[in-house]
This record gives sequence, structure tokens and C-alpha cells, in this order.
Amino acid sequence: MVEEEQAVRVVRCGGSELNFRRAVFSADSKYLFCVSGDFVKVYSTATEECVHVLQGHRNLVTGIQLNPHNHLQLYSCSFDGTIKLWDYLDGILIKTFTVGQKLHALYTHARAEDAVFVAIKKEKPDVFQLVSVRLPRSPRQDAEAEEPCLVLDYISPSPKCVAFGSQGEYVAAVRDFYLSVYFFKKKATSRFTLSSSGNRKHAKNNFTCVVCHPKEDCIATGHKDGKIRLWRGFDDEKKYTYTCLHWHHDLVMDLAFSATGGSLLSGGRESVLVEWRDAAEKTKEFLPRLGATIEHISVSPAGDLLCTSHSDNKITIIHRNLEASAVIQGLVKDSSILTGLMIDPRTKALVLNGKPGHLQFYSLQSDKQLYNLDIVQQEYINDYGLVQTELTKAAFGCFGAWLATVEQRQEKEGELELQMKLWAYSKKTQGFVLNTKVSMPHEDRITALCFCNAEKSESPTLVTASRDGRFKVWVLADDSDIYREAVGWTCDFVGSYHKYQATNCCFSEDGSLLAVSFEETVTIWESETWELRCTFCQRAGHVRHLCFGRLTCSKYLLGATENGTLCCWNLLSCALEWSTKLNITVMEPDPRSENVAAVSRSSGGSDLFVFKPSEPRPLYVQRSICSEEVRWGVFVPRDVPDAFTSEALQWLNRSQFYFLTASQSLLTFSSKSPEEKLTPTSKQLLAEESLPTTPFYFILGRHRQQRGEQADGASESELVQLPLTENVPAISELLHTPAHVLPSAAFLCSMFVNSLLLATEARSAEEMPDDVDMEEEKESDSSEEEDDATEKAQHAGHTDAGEDLLQQLSQLSKCEEKELRKLRRVDYSWVTAP
Amino acid sequence: MGRRTSVLSSWNSAGMGEFKVHRVRFFNYVPSGIRCVAYNNQSNRLAVSRTDGTVEIYNLSANYFQEKFFPGHESRATEALCWAKGQRLFSAGLNGEIIEYDLQALNIKYSMDAFGGPIWSMAASPSGSQLLVGCEDGSLKLFQINPDKIQFERNFDRQKSRILSLSWHPSGTHIAAGSIDCISVFDVKSGSAIHKMLVDRQYMGVSKRKCIIWGVAFLSDGTVISVDSAGKVQFWDSATGTLVKTHLVANADVQSIAVSDQEDSFVVGTAEGTVFHFQLVSVTSSSSEKQWVRTKPFQHHTHDVRTVAHSPTALISGGTDTHLVIRPLMEKVEVKNYDAALRKITFPHRRLISCSKKRQLLLFQFSHHLDLWRLGSTVATGKHGDTLPLSKDADHLLHLKTKGPENIICSCVSPCGSWIAYSTASRFFLCRLNYEHDNISLHRVSKMPAFLRSAVQILFSEDSTKLFVASNQGSLHIIRLLEGSFKHLHTFQAQSGTVESMCLLAVSPDGNWLAASGTSAGVHVYNVKHLKLHCTVPAYNFPVTALAIAPKTNNLVIAHSDQQIFEYSIPDKQYTEWSRTIQKQGFHYLWLQRDTPITHISFHPKRPMHILLHDAYMFCIIDKSLPLPNDKTLLYNPLPPTNESDVIRRRTAHAFKISKRYKPLLFMDLLDERTLVAVERPLDDIIAQLPPPIKKKKFGT
Repeated sequence: MVEEEQAVRVVRCGGSELNFRRAVFSADSKYLFCVSGDFVKVYSTATEECVHVLQGHRNLVTGIQLNPHNHLQLYSCSFDGTIKLWDYLDGILIKTFTVGQKLHALYTHARAEDAVFVAIKKEKPDVFQLVSVRLPRSPRQDAEAEEPCLVLDYISPSPKCVAFGSQGEYVAAVRDFYLSVYFFKKKATSRFTLSSSGNRKHAKNNFTCVVCHPKEDCIATGHKDGKIRLWRGFDDEKKYTYTCLHWHHDLVMDLAFSATGGSLLSGGRESVLVEWRDAAEKTKEFLPRLGATIEHISVSPAGDLLCTSHSDNKITIIHRNLEASAVIQGLVKDSSILTGLMIDPRTKALVLNGKPGHLQFYSLQSDKQLYNLDIVQQEYINDYGLVQTELTKAAFGCFGAWLATVEQRQEKEGELELQMKLWAYSKKTQGFVLNTKVSMPHEDRITALCFCNAEKSESPTLVTASRDGRFKVWVLADDSDIYREAVGWTCDFVGSYHKYQATNCCFSEDGSLLAVSFEETVTIWESETWELRCTFCQRAGHVRHLCFGRLTCSKYLLGATENGTLCCWNLLSCALEWSTKLNITVMEPDPRSENVAAVSRSSGGSDLFVFKPSEPRPLYVQRSICSEEVRWGVFVPRDVPDAFTSEALQWLNRSQFYFLTASQSLLTFSSKSPEEKLTPTSKQLLAEESLPTTPFYFILGRHRQQRGEQADGASESELVQLPLTENVPAISELLHTPAHVLPSAAFLCSMFVNSLLLATEARSAEEMPDDVDMEEEKESDSSEEEDDATEKAQHAGHTDAGEDLLQQLSQLSKCEEKELRKLRRVDYSWVTAP
Repeated sequence: MGRRTSVLSSWNSAGMGEFKVHRVRFFNYVPSGIRCVAYNNQSNRLAVSRTDGTVEIYNLSANYFQEKFFPGHESRATEALCWAKGQRLFSAGLNGEIIEYDLQALNIKYSMDAFGGPIWSMAASPSGSQLLVGCEDGSLKLFQINPDKIQFERNFDRQKSRILSLSWHPSGTHIAAGSIDCISVFDVKSGSAIHKMLVDRQYMGVSKRKCIIWGVAFLSDGTVISVDSAGKVQFWDSATGTLVKTHLVANADVQSIAVSDQEDSFVVGTAEGTVFHFQLVSVTSSSSEKQWVRTKPFQHHTHDVRTVAHSPTALISGGTDTHLVIRPLMEKVEVKNYDAALRKITFPHRRLISCSKKRQLLLFQFSHHLDLWRLGSTVATGKHGDTLPLSKDADHLLHLKTKGPENIICSCVSPCGSWIAYSTASRFFLCRLNYEHDNISLHRVSKMPAFLRSAVQILFSEDSTKLFVASNQGSLHIIRLLEGSFKHLHTFQAQSGTVESMCLLAVSPDGNWLAASGTSAGVHVYNVKHLKLHCTVPAYNFPVTALAIAPKTNNLVIAHSDQQIFEYSIPDKQYTEWSRTIQKQGFHYLWLQRDTPITHISFHPKRPMHILLHDAYMFCIIDKSLPLPNDKTLLYNPLPPTNESDVIRRRTAHAFKISKRYKPLLFMDLLDERTLVAVERPLDDIIAQLPPPIKKKKFGT
């Protein structure tokens, strides 16, 4: 156990790209598969929930395709050199074929008997080959794939640049300025070249993607200048012809034919999905405002759904009539993170910059975006060279009741547009509502923003520090409203220190002191009177990070400077306690303990130090946690404290440390394997998934939900609900008995209600958690539920007056049941006591 | 009056000497818009009719040379043009007449009223023996084509509104007729409509007033293709009268359609200036099922494409913007040659300008009037490329309007400047100009002889004492000019058995020799002194485009439409040595690839070795003393600076000195040893005088 604990390592924590490759629909359009880092995720298209995570690859998954001979199976290929075959309904790995080379893309078609096509890289950089790999039919789970056989050389690295014809008679590949079509029967390649960059008019003729018509001999290609060409008659190198469709003004990112081939779909940077009906220029339909660049388009084999993958790590599922029906949103990564990482105290979600001008709330547990708050509230125009309004700072105050954001836009030096917005949490709408908008709160950029988060503070207080040499204190006050109901934020105090730029600010834990750093100097102000108490100056460069110690270390103030010095001042003695040379890029205090985590940049990568301000010796040091720079970090409080016994790891007991690197990968420390961590424990019963949405289903669904809540009580770390287990015989009987042999509904009703009542009883002794408080809560819950059920049963009885007897019976059984349960509860404690 | 710009500039070219150049841009000529084109597969000729009634014949085998033309007439707005029975050309127009043209004598054979009001459409039967016209009153009239004339046969069922388009089924049993809002299919035998297909008026969801069927095409499988004013190209099944497929191709009218003979491709032209190509493509390589696919759009026009034609190797289109565009189909062209290039024909391949060297006058010929200008002058000199200040501006001396509705066929001003001759289709005019200081007076010479009714070409002798008139009966008249009167000297009758008109004339500066050429036979050289035929230069495959006789040597220089040049010694009755050499060695490949014919040849009075010639895009001086260029040498060498060493210049020098400085060049001649006149007509000026095109939204504006 101890040894296992020692194996704390840095693990990638979700947030992987969902838009890396085209998503794939299952044959019945019920599931959507998409690659996500080392996994393949199976989403339900109806509920947009992740149903399964197919784990097994040891490197990035680079391609997925349905098995053309069995549509309940899925092929995947990966950089680890294997092709795996999955049963996606049960999430089971069926077979692994080892190829041995890095596989970059995967293609299948029905004509190739047991061969699949993969893209591999030759020794030379950027030269890719399309090869066919024969998969042996052996009963063993692991098999060595046969030697790959070359189909096409010098293909584009992008998997969108290769497409197979409908009947598998040819494969089309595009690269730079030419389209080559390889005919399997003739074993010959035809090549069609467009006039290239020599002519200015055709300078952007480059091919970007290719798809083949599902029925006809027609190849559609997308181009850099936004044109779409439909090639026909390409079996004759002289008689070929093409039609040009032009709507996109920027490059065509992806194309897809509808399942019948009646229309062509295209998308690009405009974030508009264009449907070309009959492949004609004048009959096109649009689905605009999809939010971000369309990277991929895929169409379900059944033809009823299609989906677009976007550059903001989003998959939009769209109905055939061009109505967006669902959105699967991962962690948005395409903008620079200026706000840093924050934790929303209410939802415990990770909060950071999302789409341009938005704040995203990302659930770490379920690896999905909870919601998106539009801060800038302006139409985002995707145009190169346009200076956008950026969300630069954000902070939560008063336990999530307030959110402060700062946005800025600077086109030229001296033309700064600055806006601070304060958002109140509305319980009614369960979201943030704009309360106060302050334009130009400061003359220059705001460098820091912090709320006074003391528990006893009577009025919410916010401090902003700016490069204009001032810090401002904002308090919540009555707004000029005749009913005295509205509240708004006003500036309460403006402080400055020798016209130095204010670089950072921080409240002490109890809110009595405010530390503001002015370049090299740290000033301490009393928050009651806004008097300057004392100053610390170390002459070691501008102060970059500032934080107060917490709990037992609250008398200490930590400051990290640009020149690589970490200082700790004692506020009682107003003297430097200790200092050390450390080039700190991230310094984060743990809200649950005295610990402070600091990440420093060194030649070998980034190093992590965890220490208490009271003692200069670090609690825990881990060298080179990652090779690149760590930009931001945050402690996320654990719901259930972990039980690390080893001294070095005790800092992980109450909170977990997440950090974001320069390449925007979200990492954390964990002792568990990433597979365990990310697995939602839902191994759903497929029979349930396919239940029709009848009123009965809703009752059942609610029932399941309640059970799920109870399960949460049992193990709070798993937010995802536990599935209904098969130990409810009444329901399974209901489901599996043929309708013509079932007894009357009234009889079944009582049985069903009974089954609901037996919920707590079904729990076995081993599952009983030790926490007594929780158990009590649960009991009260279940008793409430009982009352509900009784009422319901009575109600049902009233409506059906003819069956008094039965009602009596059920009433009786209910009373009995109650008695029995009480007895049992008593019995139980009695049994377990000795 | 348009822009009157005349610039005198100094132009020095190495080896060519230094010239003062009158750069004339005040010839505000605007060609008429193209209304119809008709392609004849047998002779590979293209007939083009313009909105002023002019009909031009282009020989596609001879590098698209415009070899014949019929002058226009104000009342003869041509609406339809077709070839029938081999090479007989018919046109019909809004005056309700059907006209047959005589392609040999270059005049109208006869015109015949169809008695159905204005004629909107005409189509010859696939066998070529019948002619069908669609009239304003909704009637369809069938004519029998007899060897000498056409004869009315019968009427078809009358429709409600005018018949705008017609197409025969290739078997000749059925006819599709496009009207307003409907297409009718007729049975030829019974003459009754068997189907009436109503066309949707809807246009992008908005109901337009009426849907005009601008064109129909009947395919042999029974499919009718229609193009209409709502921008649709529609496919109909004529057996059931049902709509099969619709292609919406434009936001404006689709005005024309032409199908290839193989019926595997067709072309439509829209009012937005775009031409769309449709091709019959097999759905999959394994199945025989085929579908029509819109493939490439071509945007070579700025205005309405009123008419299209489909030759086996090219798409031909013409419209309001006056250009005739021939777009070759690359997949049909076997070798990359002259035919593989896109060509745009804007200007006529004949001379519209004549020049009086003595008085420095330019005579501009328009369709209904003549303009006489006197060139400006200067005393300044300058370096190469300098613009010289004018001491005297160019002067508009005369504006001569013709009476009557007919267009002017040809005109000429005498070298002395005191005579102007011009001709319409029915009258010949000769005028005497008197110059009294700055005043100018014009006297028409009356009582022209009866045989001088119309002329195809007019030429004055160098000393302005003789007038040579090529009449359209193939005869040549020589007239002696006296002060204020004239005397008919002689008439050379056409060669026995031919009635071919002479289109080009050239007279030797000493006035002894007259060369005349028709469109196909060789060049005839007449001795003017003895009034007899001297010799005939052997006929060549390609028509003559320009003709001139050199001074002193009396060498006849002939340019052909395939860009070949021959020099023929009239006294010796044989080709000169230089001509034989250049024929043996061959012309430079770039010279042969030029796409406009040489329209004028002249000579330098002091340098007998020089031949000056030009086409629309270049001016060339051939120096016969220099070596000929071969395919490896640079043909269009930029004029080398004068300070460059003589060695290099000599090494790169060859006989062809080409300048592309002036274009489009309509006329260039030598006024005297040191002065050139160049008449340019910039295309932008023409487009500026056309009606505004349909406004199209352009992305990013």
C-alpha cells in the first residue's frame, strides 16, 4: 500500500482534443465515437453523455472506423502502432493487431475483405504513405498484422486528404496542387494537377480535403481559396471534368456527402455549415453561428444525423434538417489563458478563459464543460489581424456569490479600452447576472484583482491593482434605487505608493490586512481604515506573486520576485523570516491547509515545491514535473480527503493540485492510473438505454436517479450516478415478462411501489459506510420517499374505486413494511455492535 | 463626340530609325453588339449577326478570319440566323422578313415576308430541306427550301404568344417551341401541339412577372432542354411532358443555349455575362447511366451573352459587349496549337480608316457616317518615348452622314485629299473636297453611272487620278478622275464562271499595276496601262488578309490569315528570292501563333528593304537585309538601348522588328519618311460607351 502511494505521478487530466479526427457515428446513429487523447469516447447522440471510454491504447489514437463487416465493432489505430477492434456496446477490447509503426490515419471499406488501410510515415519527414494492412483471422486476442502493402506514396499528412470511393474501386488522395486517384482494379494512378502558385490568380489553389460520393463516381475536393471542386469522369485522364462551387471565403476545412449523396456539406473558418443540395451553386442552405471554425464534418450512415467538430474542442450534433440538436463540449483550449485557473466555489468546476471573450466552467470529474459565460458580449469576428477584446482577469468572491471580470482591448499604444464587470450569482437562474459595469476602472492595465474572502466580513470588498500606480477598493453599496433594493459596486478607496506601478494584491485570510505590491515594495494596509501599516522591500526585482499564509501560518506573507527570490516576511515582527533563490512561475496556496505550492522553471523543466511558510524546508519536491513551462496552477479541494500516510504526500490529502502548461495540457498529481480516474463507473445496461420514453420510463428514471443520489452518499468521489443494478426483481420482471402473461396493472403497481420501498433494505452489510451522519441523512431521505410513495398509492386507489381490497392489501403491506424496516434498523445496530 | 486625344510622340527603334508617331485615339468607333451566331459544321464557318443587321462570316479553319461581311440595315434587326441545305445562310428579323444571303456575290439574294409579324426564331430542319420560323403572333410557319428560293408550305397550330425559340428533334419528326411561360412540343406531320409544358415563374421564391423561354434544345432521346428568364436550365421529357431536372444557374436571364452534335455537352449563356458548360457524365464507370452535370463556368463577357454556339472543339459566345469569344475545349483539342488558345474577336478584320498622306488627313468610317480629321503638328523634337507638344491640334474637318437606312460598306480618301468615295449596299458616292484656306467645301459628284451601284472595296491611285472600284458582282471598274467630274475607263469582268467579289485591292505607286483578291481564289494582277490581266498569283489555302505593291520594284506583298507572308515580283511573275527563303526556313513559331490577322502593309519610301505591317496587337518592320529568326531566337526582343554594344545587337538582330507599344491598333501607316500615324481604340473606351451591365454583388465590396 505504501509503495503504491509513493507512485504519485503527473497524469494528464482530461481536456484532450475531441476534434483531433473526424467523429464516427454508429450504424443506428445512437452513438458517436470520437478520439480523445489515448482513448476513444462513445457518446450517446440523444443525451450527449459519454457512455463508454474505450481504453487500451498507450499513445494518441489517430483514427477510428466502424468495422464494415460488423457494424457493432469499431477499429481504432494509434501512434503506439496497434490497430484495435472494439465491441463498443459493452466497451470491450476484442482484438489487438500490432503493426509496429506509428499509424497516422485509418480507413476501411467494405470491398477490402479483411484489410484496412493506414497512413504511415516514411523515414524522411513529411512523407506519408497509404498502405493496406491485412488483419489475420486468428482466434487469439493479440495478433501480429501482416506486412503492410503500399497503395499510394507521398500522401498528405492530413487524414482528410485521402478518401475511398463508394464501391472501393478507387482511392483519391490530394496533396498541394494535385489530385491522384488510384484504381485498384487497373492498378493505375491518374493524376490531375491544378495550375499552381506561379499565377497569382491561382495562388491558393492548394487542395485541403477530399471526399467521395457514396453512389456516383464523383470526387469533391476543398481548396485553400474556399472553392469546392466536384470531379467527374476521372477514369479518363483526358476527359475528366469538374464543377466549381464557391461560397467560402477562406479555406474549406472539411467536406462530407450526405448518406444518399444528394447533398454536399462543407465547413470552414466562417463557422457556417453549408449544405449544397444537388451539388448546385444556387441551391445551398446554411447553418450559421456554430461558434468556431469547423474542423471536421461527419455524417451518420443512417443519414439522419451529422456532426461538426470545431476548433474550440466541441462537437455539434446536427439533425438532417440542419438543426443543431446537441453539443459535446470539452475543455476549450484555443485561446490564450489570461485569467489563470480558478475554482468556482459552488460547482467546484475549473474556471478559465474559454472561447474568445468567454469564461468556461469545466468539470474536472466528468471531463466536460458545464457552462460558458459570455463576458465580453460582443459578436466575435474571426478575421486575421483584428484586435479583439480580451478577458484578462477574473476572480470569485464571497463563496461564489460574486464574480469580477476585467476585459481589455488595446489597438494602439495609449488607446486602451478597459472594462470591469461584476456579476452576481442568481439563485433563480442558477447563473451569473451582470450587476455592475465599470468602464475604465483604471488608467492603465489592471494587474491584479482580489476579493476579500473572510468569513466574517460584512460587506463584499474587491481590490484592483493597476499599472497606473493605484489600487482601488470597491465595495458593494446601495444603488440609487427608490426601493433600496438594488445594490451596486462603487469605489471606496484609492491608494498609491510613490507612483510605483501596483503589480499584485492579496487579502489576508481573515480579511484584516491587504498586501499590495508596488514594483519592488510590498505595502500592508489595514482593511478597516485603509491605513498603510508597513512596507517590505527586498530590492530583488518586481514582486510577481504575493500571498498570505493560512491557518497556523497566517502571520506570514510570501512574495516571489522576478529575479528569482522567494521571501517570507513575518507580519508580527515586520521582518524578513527567510528567503531563498527560486525562479517561481506559479505560487498557489492551498485553501484547506497551510501548504503553498510553488512551481519553478529550471533548465530540466519545471520543478514543484510544496512548503509551509513557517518552515523554509519544503514538504515535498518533485523535479521536472513536465518539460515545458507551467503557466498556471490551482488547488482543488477534495470532496473526500484522501488518506496518504506518507509524510511527503500528506499535502495531497485535502486538495489536489492541477496545473496548466504552456502547450495547454492540464495535468495533475495522482496515485491512481489515469484510466481509473477518468472512468465513469457507469456500465450501463443496454436494455435500459433502449427503453422508449414512456411515462413508465420517467418513473423508472426518477427512481434510478434517487438511487444514484444515494450511491453518491456512499462514495462521494464519484459524481456519476451508479446504474440500476439487476437486483430489483420487480422491475426486471416487468421488463422481461411478455405482456400477454403479465397480471393486471393494478396488481403490478403495488409490486412496483414495493420495489421502491425496498431500496435501502437491499443494501448489503459490506456496503454500509462508516459515516454515521450520512447514514442518518439517507434514512430521512428514504422516509420522505416512503411518504411520497404512500400518497401516490392512495391516490391511485381513489381513482380506481373498484379495487378497494387491493388497496387495503397494499396499505397493509406498507404498514407492515414500515414496521419491518424499523425493526430491522434496530436489529442491525444490535447485530453490528458486538 | 467622345475623347479626342491625339498625342505626338517620338519613337526610336533600333534598326528601324527614328519616327514621330501620331498616336490617334479619337476614333470613337463602337462595334455593334452580337445578336446571333450560327456554326456550320460542313464548312467550319461561323455566321455572326450584329444588332445593326450586319452579318459576318468567319472561317474557323483559317484562323478565325472574318472573310465576308454583309452590311447592316437600320430596319433589319436580325433575331435569328441559320444555315440550311449545306451552305445556305438565312436570317430572320423583327421586320418579319426571311433573308437569304449570297455568299459568293456578297449581297442579299432575296428577302421574303413571312406574314406573321416580327420573327423571333428560326430553325432549319435536320435534313436542311425545311425552314421553320416562329412569329410574334404565335404562329409557326414551315417553308420548303428550293434551290432558288424558299416557299411557304404550311402553318402549325397557333400559340397564344410569340415563339421565342425553336428546336427540331434530330429525326425531324418533332419540334420544341419556347414561348412565354410554356414550351410546346409539335408533331411535324400533323402540325399540332402534342404537349404543352408550363414553366414555373418562381424565381428564388419570388414570383416574377413572366417566364420567357429564351432557348430550347431537342435531344435525340426526347429530352427537351430549356433556358428561361428566371435563370433556370430545365430538362423535360417530351414523351410525357414532365419536368425531369432543374439547374438554377443565374440570378438573371439565361438567354441562349447550344448543344454539341454528339449531344454529350451543351453550353448556355446568361445575362450576367457568364457562360456555363454542361456535360453528360456517366454516373459510375461501371454503369451506363448518365447524367447532365454543370461543369465549368466561363466569365469572358461583361454584358449579356445573347447567343452561344458549340463547335466540335470550342464554345463560341457573343453578346452585348461586342466580343466574339471562342473558348476551346481542351479535352477535344488534340495538339496544343493555334486552336488551343482562347480568342476574343472585337474589331473587324477589314480597314475602317484611310489616310491622305499629302494633307495628313484621316477618314474614319462608321456605320452611318464618315469623319474626316486633320492631324495635329509640332515643330519640337525629342528623345525616344518623349511626348511632343502640339503646335496645332488635330482638327475635325468633316462629318458626312449618309442618307437612308443602309450601312456604309467601304470608304476611301484620295492620297491628295481632295476626293472621298464611299458606298452603301445600293448607292455609290463620290465627293470632291475644295480647300480654301481654312474653309472646306464638299461637292457631291452626281450622275454616277448605273453600273456603279455598290462597291465592296474602293481605292485611289497614288496620284489620285484614277479610282478603282470592286463591285459586288465580281467586276473591277477603273474610273479616271477629272476636276469635278469623272470618266469610266474600263471594267475588268469577273473570271469566267465565278461571281466572287474582290475584297482587297492594291495599286502600285507608279499606277501601272493593280492587284485584286477575293476570298478564295488567288490574287489577280492587272496591267492598268494596257487594261488587261497580267498574271494570277497561285491560290493559297488561306485567305488573303492584306495586299500591297512595293514602290520601284513592284513586288506584291501578300499576307494570309495563317500569318504567312509572300513576296511576288509582278514584272518577273514569280516569287522573289526572299519569299522563297522565308518559305524554306519557315516563320518563327511565335509569329505563327499570333491571333489577329495582318490588316495593313505599307513601305518606306526611302528604304526599299523594309516592309511595314501591323495587326491589332503589334506593329512590325521586316528588314529583308537581316537574317531571318529561327525558333531559338527571341522574336519579341525588347528594343535594346542605343548604348549597348553593337556586337550584341548584331547578334540578336533579325529581320522582324516588332513593337507592341500601340494596341489595340486599328491602323498604322507612314505619312512621310519620319512620321507614323497609329490609330488606337482602347477597349475600356468601348466598354464605357456600352449600357451598364447587370449589377452583381461582389464579395468583399
